Amino acid sequence: MAADLAIEMRGVTKRYPRVLANDRVDLEVRAGEIHAIVGENGAGKSTLVKALYGLVAPDAGTIRIAGREVSRHRPSDAIRLGVGMVHQHFMLVDTLTVAENVVLGLEPRRGALLDRPAARRAVQGLSSEYGLDLDPDERVENLSVGLEQRVEILKVLYRGARILILDEPTAVLTPREARELFAILRALCDAGRTIVFITHKLDEVIRLADRVTVMRDGRVTGVVQARETTEAELAHMMVGREVLLRVDRGRSRPAEPVLEVRGLRAEGRKGVEVVRGVDLTVRAGEIVGIAGVQGNGQTELVEVVAGLRRASAGRVTLAGRDVTNRRPGEVRRAGAAHIPEDRQARGLVLEFTVEENLVLGRHRDAPYSRRGLVAREAVRGRAVALIRKHDLRPGDPAVLTADLSGGNQQKLIVARELSGRPSLLVASQPTRGVDIGAVEFVHRSLVAMRDAGAAVLLVSAELSEIMSLSDRIGVMYRGAIVAWFPGGAVTEEELGACMTGGAP
Amino acid sequence: MSRWLRLAALISPLVAVAASFLVGALVVATIGESPARVYAILFRGAFGSVDGLGLVLFNATPLIFTGLAVAFAFRAGLFNIGGEGQLYAGSLLCAWAGIALAGLPAVVLVPALIAVAAAGGALWALLPGYLKARFGVHEVINTIMMNFIAIGLSSYLVIHVLREPGQMTPQTAEIAAAGCLPRLARAAQLCGIPLPHANPLNLSLVVALAAVWVAWFILHRTTLGYEIRAVGHNARAAECAGINVRRTVVVTMMISGAFAGLVAVNEVMGFRHRFLDNFSSGLGFMGIAVALLGRNTPLGVLLAALLFGVLNTGALEVDVFTRVPRELIQVIQSVTIILVVVGNEVLSRRLRAAHAAVAGAAGEGR
Repeated sequence: MAADLAIEMRGVTKRYPRVLANDRVDLEVRAGEIHAIVGENGAGKSTLVKALYGLVAPDAGTIRIAGREVSRHRPSDAIRLGVGMVHQHFMLVDTLTVAENVVLGLEPRRGALLDRPAARRAVQGLSSEYGLDLDPDERVENLSVGLEQRVEILKVLYRGARILILDEPTAVLTPREARELFAILRALCDAGRTIVFITHKLDEVIRLADRVTVMRDGRVTGVVQARETTEAELAHMMVGREVLLRVDRGRSRPAEPVLEVRGLRAEGRKGVEVVRGVDLTVRAGEIVGIAGVQGNGQTELVEVVAGLRRASAGRVTLAGRDVTNRRPGEVRRAGAAHIPEDRQARGLVLEFTVEENLVLGRHRDAPYSRRGLVAREAVRGRAVALIRKHDLRPGDPAVLTADLSGGNQQKLIVARELSGRPSLLVASQPTRGVDIGAVEFVHRSLVAMRDAGAAVLLVSAELSEIMSLSDRIGVMYRGAIVAWFPGGAVTEEELGACMTGGAP
Repeated sequence: MSRWLRLAALISPLVAVAASFLVGALVVATIGESPARVYAILFRGAFGSVDGLGLVLFNATPLIFTGLAVAFAFRAGLFNIGGEGQLYAGSLLCAWAGIALAGLPAVVLVPALIAVAAAGGALWALLPGYLKARFGVHEVINTIMMNFIAIGLSSYLVIHVLREPGQMTPQTAEIAAAGCLPRLARAAQLCGIPLPHANPLNLSLVVALAAVWVAWFILHRTTLGYEIRAVGHNARAAECAGINVRRTVVVTMMISGAFAGLVAVNEVMGFRHRFLDNFSSGLGFMGIAVALLGRNTPLGVLLAALLFGVLNTGALEVDVFTRVPRELIQVIQSVTIILVVVGNEVLSRRLRAAHAAVAGAAGEGR
């Protein structure tokens, strides 16, 4: 039995200062299978594979790789035993070619020099064998994200990996790129390699995996055959209760336009124009979703609307008032609320307490400020009320925000931004990296805002989120909105085609 | 983050001080003196007499002001190296006003001169603050340059324009008597404390203690202080929430400069009663050390300034009674600062690591 197990982990336990990340976890991965590890953020998936790869030393438990017991091993030992890890964040040298990146650190040499032809041959061979379709001489800076990921896969294959671990491999991919990745993983699997992938997207699990290990709160709550399970069952095991995967919402009743964007242009960080003539209108009582592959100008569009980035041309009107290139405070006073894309960088002061963060942005308004002084009872009272209303945890207003889970940090932002009854809510990636429970909360909140008559502009890389929430969907590609669809009448494939520049 | 680490953050300055005394002992032993004897003399100088204690407080007073200046700016994420220039600006302006406004009664003149001292420092910090806010020019460079300008300009003015008539010494005339702060010796003696008349300790100590409270109050009780801390911790989030980051930067720099300018209250109003060219010789820079040791909190600044007051006072005795030069004290002070900085860095890395571990366990890949 043990012989055909590629990976066998028994009773793996890892305790961090505040959390028990892995609690007597068992993981069995059979040789030649595609094994998915699913769970909410904080369930311990990442810790588990880090322990496997030798990046984290578990406090207890045994780990066998291809039948060999390892302990206190390092990634180099794992690599020697045939384990390769494709990280979520790529580690590539942009200015080198594909072949150079792949052999980096393990270069074929001729004397003191890199044996370029040998490197090219090796990369070419692996690439065609598994249908990776990579040009060894292309510079990495010219590759799309999907192709960069293939270079990462090539790197681990080049190092002789028999067992590939992929951490959230589809997080950065378009639906089409994801499908191509799945085909590659299938091919690798058919060639006898073992695949372990971490994800929280349940549809992928069903589509790709042979078997699934489900984790919750550091423990394994189930091991199932992918063929014999459903998304709902997996979600139930992940969360420990029934989860609404679909958002219940009635018809929208769009009223007068609240946000009007006309001919908007803006430059990105490097001085390149990344918003190239955007027109859009969001009416009171509707959710307008903007879909698109990351890096097509959505981030900058939101920043311009929120007053965080200058428009080089065009106009932004909020409830009839021209707020083009107004400062963020003025845009807020005109009735806008903003759930920023990167909650830790833009949305929160992590060193502040929960109550301090809950009043951020309204700290100058009565009753929270009186004659220039912080009205501490009012601030505390607001915090207590919002914590109770939205079930923020822990429920202590004086706890440091940095000590909250990602999901609760996001709930804090949503609670704060919704509390002012804004006429416009701009939500950018509002559920990125948060657990299912918090996703449910955020989605319900957005719909509630809409039903209360607010205009909601939703920007998300999650197509399912866009599709289940939006009343209208715009697809952004290379700085412009290339197509509009009514919500609920469009398929993922149609959106995906537009996202990569195809015709609707 | 664990309680233990937070506790350690409080203790680390104490450990650094203790360790630096050990290093000092090694230096003393190398010179061939007994560390025990040298330290005994050091502390006798500071604590052995009421006069010594008075000197400790007197030496600590300007450091409280300059320490507050650095610490306050730091809370907004600004590194104000310009305390030296700001205190010269405040002091010269204060001395000039003290002469020009002669004739006003003390109840008006004293508060007015304190305000002028603060205003001088604030104005000297305004330009670097504005350049930082408007153009993003780093305040460290600006404030250093402003130091050179202040030192040079005040020298020029005190030699060529404001020099006391008929004197060779580069100093201004005395300010009006009504603008002088009384020394504390007489009051102390009335209370039965034998503080000698010659002791320079004066009422500016009370102003310094008030400044500690004011700094704390601004940071933790006012809406402005809330914004300052928000900008200091995360300027991008502050901006996103509608806080005017640029204005906060300028205002913070001015308040910081005002604290530095208040050095004049001790120097000009309390001690010398005039502006003396080059009187400071580094009080503004010592303020950086004081703020670091005090972990940029007002109370910490007070404690650190007192420690430096002890060391500076004892240093004189060490110089007189042993073969150890008073520069040893500078060695101890510098070693303390290095250790505190290293300690802070190690701690904050630990804290970050602990956070990353918690966040990592919470699946926060980004």
